[in-house]
Amino acid sequence: MRNRNATAYRFLAPYLLIFSVFWVWPIISSFMISFQATRTVPWRFAPGFNWGRLIGDPAFFNALKNTLLILVIQVPVMIALAMVMAVLLNSPLLKARGLYRFAFFAPVVVGEVAYSAVFRLMFSLDFGIVNKLLNSVGLPKVDWFSNVTPAMALIMIAVTWRWAGYNAIILLAGMQSIPEDVYEAATLDRVSKLKQFFYITLPLLKPVIVFCLVLSIIGTMQLFTEPFLITERGGPGGGTETLGLLLYRQGFRSLNFGYASAVAYTMAALAIAITLVQLWLTREKQ
Amino acid sequence: MSSLSSARLRRSIALHLFLTPLALIWLFPLWMMVVFSTMPDNGIFSPGIELLPHGNFVDNFNNLQRDTNFVGAIGISVSVAVTYTFLSVLLTSMAGWALARYQFFGKGVVVGIIFGTITLPYAVVLIPQFIMVARDFQLANTWVALIVPPLFNSLGVLFMRQSFSMMPDDLFDAARVEGVKEWRIFLFVALPLARPMLAALAIILFLASWNNYLWPLLINSQPGLMTAPVALGTLIGLTKVSWGGIMAGAVMLTVPMLIVFVLLQRHFIAGIAAGAVK
Repeated sequence: MRNRNATAYRFLAPYLLIFSVFWVWPIISSFMISFQATRTVPWRFAPGFNWGRLIGDPAFFNALKNTLLILVIQVPVMIALAMVMAVLLNSPLLKARGLYRFAFFAPVVVGEVAYSAVFRLMFSLDFGIVNKLLNSVGLPKVDWFSNVTPAMALIMIAVTWRWAGYNAIILLAGMQSIPEDVYEAATLDRVSKLKQFFYITLPLLKPVIVFCLVLSIIGTMQLFTEPFLITERGGPGGGTETLGLLLYRQGFRSLNFGYASAVAYTMAALAIAITLVQLWLTREKQ
Repeated sequence: MSSLSSARLRRSIALHLFLTPLALIWLFPLWMMVVFSTMPDNGIFSPGIELLPHGNFVDNFNNLQRDTNFVGAIGISVSVAVTYTFLSVLLTSMAGWALARYQFFGKGVVVGIIFGTITLPYAVVLIPQFIMVARDFQLANTWVALIVPPLFNSLGVLFMRQSFSMMPDDLFDAARVEGVKEWRIFLFVALPLARPMLAALAIILFLASWNNYLWPLLINSQPGLMTAPVALGTLIGLTKVSWGGIMAGAVMLTVPMLIVFVLLQRHFIAGIAAGAVK
């Protein structure tokens, strides 16, 4: 490596320009906007205006509650499912591996709009294939869109379908980077496959699992398209409204940039807290 | 010995008995997307259970084209995704090269800011980005607004930095001794060597752009300038709309990507897994 300021910055300049203008500056700017009253011209500095409103706003707490509920239920279920997929896809006993991989990984390329549309049709009350299939095995229809609990369940099912395979890809790559001889030694010592999973795979995979968790938590925290399109603007009656949707509504429907920025920074604070927990969980043991 | 292999056989059967229904459930939404796209609307909204494709795709596509200019929107999406991918690969590999290969003043700060902010949610920058692009730069409903702001994405920089730093020094030093300029070394020595990584990066970036919904929805909402996901999204929730048409659009957005996925699976998986295995 050589010390060359001019050359290095010539290579860096185009990216750094975009990075500063469209990422670094907005991070700072968003923080400042959250302390301003933005529905007056010109905007004025009013430190308590948005944050004061936030802590007394039932819509905010509803969105926070919904987001955390999805986070707490959907993320662990999805990671566990991804783990099952990865372990089984990694099994030497599996035939036609390519077909199974395709089935689980294909949703990774499907856009949010396309799959939201399909899920709406599949789960519709009278003509949805899911209710028809439930009926045909003697179960009652579920009204997925006008009751809060099924609507939340639907959002979680949709997100899990879309992202489980994505996490399975990451976990599988992690598993394949564990040296083979560790398992060979364990097999020679007659350690069962199940014990090998719990005493070798899981501990060695811990950083990758934590990485998946953080990625999924941050993704779920910003959840927008699914409640926007599937349950139609967070319906029924705000029952599936998430922080992402509240931000959209406040920022781009009511053009209340200050308040929306406060909502955005609440997400950022949660993300920073989660990242710190991650760093703490995967810290090097002395 | 025979008891061992019969135990293996039983385990293998159990594995397939468990995994096959799960795989079918996972494929089901994609299968139904195709089935719906070939059914007339009165077939989609009928009480019977239909699990096989019909022959109505072309009619559905015509209905979609009547509801919104989807062909035009696909054209915009393709142009944006191709341009974005090219620019992003270029910018991030240049930056990654500098971070991997040179010692320079302020390097620690640059790397620190990139790593330090990578887990911040995108939602944080959405409002200021919108204000900046729409109000300050007056660029709403332009190509620039669709392509340039998403170029900030820093995952590519870290990925390329990693790729370049794994290459042996002597390779580049030999060229330097010959007096080859740095940008030529980058273009003609380093980039060709990084081809598999560039392919993985390009695929992931193309997909991200192709499927991007929120930013194009906010910044380009005029009918003539909507990307395909935005055009399709505006139809969902309308009362008088052809759902067969929406499904035809969903198929047109999804199937090309599925084909790319099957053909380039290795690069795809490398691109996704790159984030985790450091």
